[in-house]
Amino acid sequence: METARITYRKRVLEVAAGMTVYSAIEKMGIDPSTVIAVRAKRVVNEQTILEAGDELKLVNVISGG
Amino acid sequence: MTRPPRPYMKCNLCGGLAIIRMPQHRLNLCEEHFDQWVLKMVQRAIERHSMFRPHERVLVAVSGGKDSLALWDILTRLGYQTEGVYIHLGITHEDYSDVSQAQVEAFAVERGLSYQVVDVGATYGQTVPDLRNTGRGKHLCAVCGLVKRHVMNRIAYEGGYDAIATGHQLDDEAAILLQNTLHWRAGYLQRQGPVLPSTHPRLARKVKPLCTLYERETAAYALMRGIEFVEQECPYAVRATSIFIKHILNQLENRSPGTKRQFYDGLVRGRASGELVFSAPDIDDEPALAPDDYQTCPRCGQPTLSPGLCAFCRLWEPAP
Repeated sequence: METARITYRKRVLEVAAGMTVYSAIEKMGIDPSTVIAVRAKRVVNEQTILEAGDELKLVNVISGG
Repeated sequence: MTRPPRPYMKCNLCGGLAIIRMPQHRLNLCEEHFDQWVLKMVQRAIERHSMFRPHERVLVAVSGGKDSLALWDILTRLGYQTEGVYIHLGITHEDYSDVSQAQVEAFAVERGLSYQVVDVGATYGQTVPDLRNTGRGKHLCAVCGLVKRHVMNRIAYEGGYDAIATGHQLDDEAAILLQNTLHWRAGYLQRQGPVLPSTHPRLARKVKPLCTLYERETAAYALMRGIEFVEQECPYAVRATSIFIKHILNQLENRSPGTKRQFYDGLVRGRASGELVFSAPDIDDEPALAPDDYQTCPRCGQPTLSPGLCAFCRLWEPAP
């Protein structure tokens, strides 16, 4: 199966290519409004379709203080 | 539950590929238009709340995080006179303070911006985590805030800055507002807002130019601009109540976009119109009175309401 890799902090998840970023974020159990997805150093929208071999990084946007 | 995005997320202005969806504004924007929108929102907030003018000097408090570095970047691009201050708190867990300082320095050097570093441990003899062991620092986040406000006031006074700008965005403000409301802290509710005016020559005006942007938007801006920032959370804030409150507010926001904005705007507008009035005794370390109401701390010279040492200087005294 062709997959894309998603990292969030120290977690890594392989998901099937063809899935949207939004679905992948939900699959990780994360509220999509609390992260920004970055692919190849570019911000990508939630509707982006993940392709085989994609490396997606989720950046947490909630900070304390 | 968040409503899933529609297929083909297009920029509402040009039809190009959107990078961000902002349901509270019913707006999807591409990189170029999001960039313009952020600058416009910040400029509008600065003007609407009379934060500062182009000839004034602004001290930007930078932590190395996304918000403060995004703020510095935006103010610089808007042509304001800025200088940065980084306060090294002495947090050694995973080299947090050192890593943050390096991030601030790299940002400033790359852009040719001037900045200064205040090392709390070297300047005052103890770091902020050290204060935990003195018996006066049990609530470390509160102590940290007190230390930062004192240092910012001192640097702004000594450097003759007109205003201190911090990277608080709307999510920060809404979370603070909810906490203050839950506890009915009338003094804080009366003071919270985009601008805290100067009430004494040694207390600079404090401004929050990002107060109309959601935290998600400042993060997207920083990432889009290629700003390297510290993603790691402060080790002492990992279980902070403010983070828990933000998650609750985001649940409300997901269900009803614009909730956070309406909540905070309601306070700002209600106070401005006189519809909302809170009265309570002023807050010890940063009161909002007239200059004559203050006493002078015999140790640091900063204004205080209490006779004797100010709240900051009392931190360094042995526990009672």
